[in-house]
Amino acid sequence: MTTATLVQPEQQPAPRTERENYLNVAYGVVSWLLTKDHKRIALLYLISVTVMFFIGGFAISVVRLHLLTPEGGLVSADTYNRLFTMHGVLMVFFFLVPVVPTVLGNFCLPLMIGAKDLAFPRLNLISWYLYMAGGVWTLYAMLTEGVDTGWTFYTPYSSQSTHYNVVLTLIGLVLAGFSSMATGINFIVTVHWMRAPGMTWFRLPIFVWTIYATSCIFLLAVPVLAMALILVILERLFHIGVFDPALGGDPLLFQHLFWFYSHPAVYIMILPGMGIVSEVIPCFARKALYGYSFVAYSSLGIAFLSFLVWAHHMFVAGISLYSALLFSSLSFLVAVPSAIKVFNWTATLYKGSIVFETPMLFCLGFVSLFTVGGLTGLFLATLGMDIHVHDTYFVIAHFHFIMVGGMVMAYMGGLHYWWPKMTGRLYSQFWSRLAALIIFVGFFLTFVPQFVVGYNGMPRRYFRYVPEFQVWNVLSSAGASILAAGYVLPLCYFLYSLRYGKRAGDNPWQATGLEWQTGSPPPRDNFEATPVVVRGPYEYHTGKAQNDP
Amino acid sequence: MGILGQTAIFPAQATTTAARVDMLFFFLCTMCGAVGLLVAVLLIYFSVRYRRRPGDSPLPPPETHSSHALEWFWTITPFFIFIVMFLWGAVVYVDAYRPPDESLRIYGIGKQWMWKFQHPEGQREINTLHLPLGRPVQILLTSEDVIHSFFVPEFRVHMDVLPNRYTSVWFQTTRPGTYHLFCSQYCGTNHAGMIGTAVVMEPAQFENWLALHAEGSLALDGRKVFLKYRCVSCHSATENARAPVLEGLYRRPVHLTTGQTVIADEAYIRESILQPGAKIVAGWENLMPTFRGQISEEEIYALIAYFRSLKRGETPPRVEDYPPPTATPEINATQINPAGAKPTSATPTPANPKAAKP
Repeated sequence: MTTATLVQPEQQPAPRTERENYLNVAYGVVSWLLTKDHKRIALLYLISVTVMFFIGGFAISVVRLHLLTPEGGLVSADTYNRLFTMHGVLMVFFFLVPVVPTVLGNFCLPLMIGAKDLAFPRLNLISWYLYMAGGVWTLYAMLTEGVDTGWTFYTPYSSQSTHYNVVLTLIGLVLAGFSSMATGINFIVTVHWMRAPGMTWFRLPIFVWTIYATSCIFLLAVPVLAMALILVILERLFHIGVFDPALGGDPLLFQHLFWFYSHPAVYIMILPGMGIVSEVIPCFARKALYGYSFVAYSSLGIAFLSFLVWAHHMFVAGISLYSALLFSSLSFLVAVPSAIKVFNWTATLYKGSIVFETPMLFCLGFVSLFTVGGLTGLFLATLGMDIHVHDTYFVIAHFHFIMVGGMVMAYMGGLHYWWPKMTGRLYSQFWSRLAALIIFVGFFLTFVPQFVVGYNGMPRRYFRYVPEFQVWNVLSSAGASILAAGYVLPLCYFLYSLRYGKRAGDNPWQATGLEWQTGSPPPRDNFEATPVVVRGPYEYHTGKAQNDP
Repeated sequence: MGILGQTAIFPAQATTTAARVDMLFFFLCTMCGAVGLLVAVLLIYFSVRYRRRPGDSPLPPPETHSSHALEWFWTITPFFIFIVMFLWGAVVYVDAYRPPDESLRIYGIGKQWMWKFQHPEGQREINTLHLPLGRPVQILLTSEDVIHSFFVPEFRVHMDVLPNRYTSVWFQTTRPGTYHLFCSQYCGTNHAGMIGTAVVMEPAQFENWLALHAEGSLALDGRKVFLKYRCVSCHSATENARAPVLEGLYRRPVHLTTGQTVIADEAYIRESILQPGAKIVAGWENLMPTFRGQISEEEIYALIAYFRSLKRGETPPRVEDYPPPTATPEINATQINPAGAKPTSATPTPANPKAAKP
């Protein structure tokens, strides 16, 4: 099957000179670096996060190679510790957290609500510069001396024991945190004030709902992280006793503050992914999203409850029995809205007319991998289970199912879905489907063995391990090499499509969202005339777009 | 033996907790497996059944109205399943949290990058932990530097080891053998090398091992520490003692100057040695200097073991050869604060153990 089955004859791009769009209104480096256009800023972010992704991926490739043998002869212990820290820090703070809001959110949110731009275009540009400053700073710290605390920076190891460059790294993270806050404010104000006429709250695409919920978490949680990291910096520099027991501090306090941000951050990462899936599945099943209001409210429910579960990372950290019971029960509660979403996505397929274009393949991959990740999360929320699997590879496998199997699959789905809109070009259907397949298979092979080795008791962050665990580690490393190939492949065909890809036309997927009712790539001001919205986002049964009269 | 022969498939069950954790694990696997399978089957079935075929009508399929009853069904059903999971997990956790009273007490210390253990009868071990089969064992844990974590996969227990704080873990072994003792909380360069061995022995063998490594007892060590730091100068259990008597103190309620009552447990004893001003016994003035930086974690453990065993009338006689600690004023407490320092009727006589303080 090719895209030709989807593209109606009247929408075949006519061979004409290119319309004016946001890409060809101006040329030159300055026109990009000083742009206030949300679409160009989205592309700046796309380049930055992709670089971060591949550096973080390279770090973990070395780690997986090293773990082929129990003695791990490839790198030294200190190098190993710095590598997994680099992987965690770059992937979490510079890829997973910002990627969907700043790339796809930045590009699509104004288009989806029928706005000309975000509410604060300059702030948007500033947040990219803050991200770059934080990113370059952190990379410098990591590549020169490095830091070996793990991405969790637990005290008192980070504040007192390690001799690596914690302070420099943390300064970079705080800068990146300000970037997230600026983005969050911008999105919230935009959704409140810039919606096109007729775009009521319940005509918003779910992607907008999830970006909105994510932005709220950014605003409420990131300041706590920034504060906790600044306290670690102050303790390292001036020996104020906040976390270090030798100075009268409390090491558990850091874990509370850190997870107060970092658990909601899990939902910062996954919610926009859920938004993408809620766009893509209706489009390729030609069905309205099943249970729209349940999916919308469950996003807000997840955002709210995500603030009340942080101590489930600390069940064996020495917290009281009663807080363990409380946080365990609340953690089960936050699983309910996630379950609602999975069932609704599945039900959306019912009696549909399903085509398996690449974005759909990625999103179906998301639903299956996220389901496994979510279900294994229940194991960890169960107190009696966590006393065994805590801090083992079981945990690693679980959160990679959510973060990589879920989030990265969804991001790939979204990128493949909106790529024709962003660039005006189609990528190779054959290679992109192959990539989806390779990533899915490689992912399973990488992380399923980690569940097994985790239940058998292999602790995380071990640069060498006992020989009983070797077979599982070899399988996992083999899977990782397949996964790596799967991630390099899109880089190739996307770049290729920029020059040689077929013209996409305005609406190659015949989607109903507003973003598809304008040029591909969109003009500088997004729409030639402000669209008037007359219906909900997923009325595929009528075949009409949101602004079709 | 080939590499496949020694591959870990499923960890052995070596404690009573292990069997219960595994039961819970199989229950979760069954429930989650069923739900996961349901989703997978539906995804595949819908994808195949409703795929667009070449001859299909070009018109989009008609609308399916979402059913509120169905929505509520799949909201409420997981909720009740989750309640069962929570309760089952909570029961296992609560039992794993509270050691039986008759547990054998072993004292453990984590430091970069080794494990140290002290047995009640004085035996000390590094990176090895000998345990009796079938007897509940509680391990009191603390760290000398950063956070570590005590983890024996075959025991299915796990507890972080914190500096300046006591945590504890307990289990009852059911299977003799030699097991890995991992540090599972990242603790620096050689985190992966912080691996000890837990040796579970038949009771007779264990007694044999204890006898071979006998070194008096931990309580006896504590008595030496008590004399070495001249604790006895003030905690002398005599008429004119300058500090509360410590006989029978362990696990008794202590009334504080703030009006609160605390139980004199391990954490309280430790805090009173390192931070004497934190909780002052009602009726006494705080004269005690801090021993932070002087006394080691092992010595505090020995003192705790000593106080656990210290019964009425057993405080050693004051050693007059040594002057009291320099931080203590050379004058009688009554002279500092004639109004309140001298024990009054509400405060204990030396024989009254309830208001004692190390």
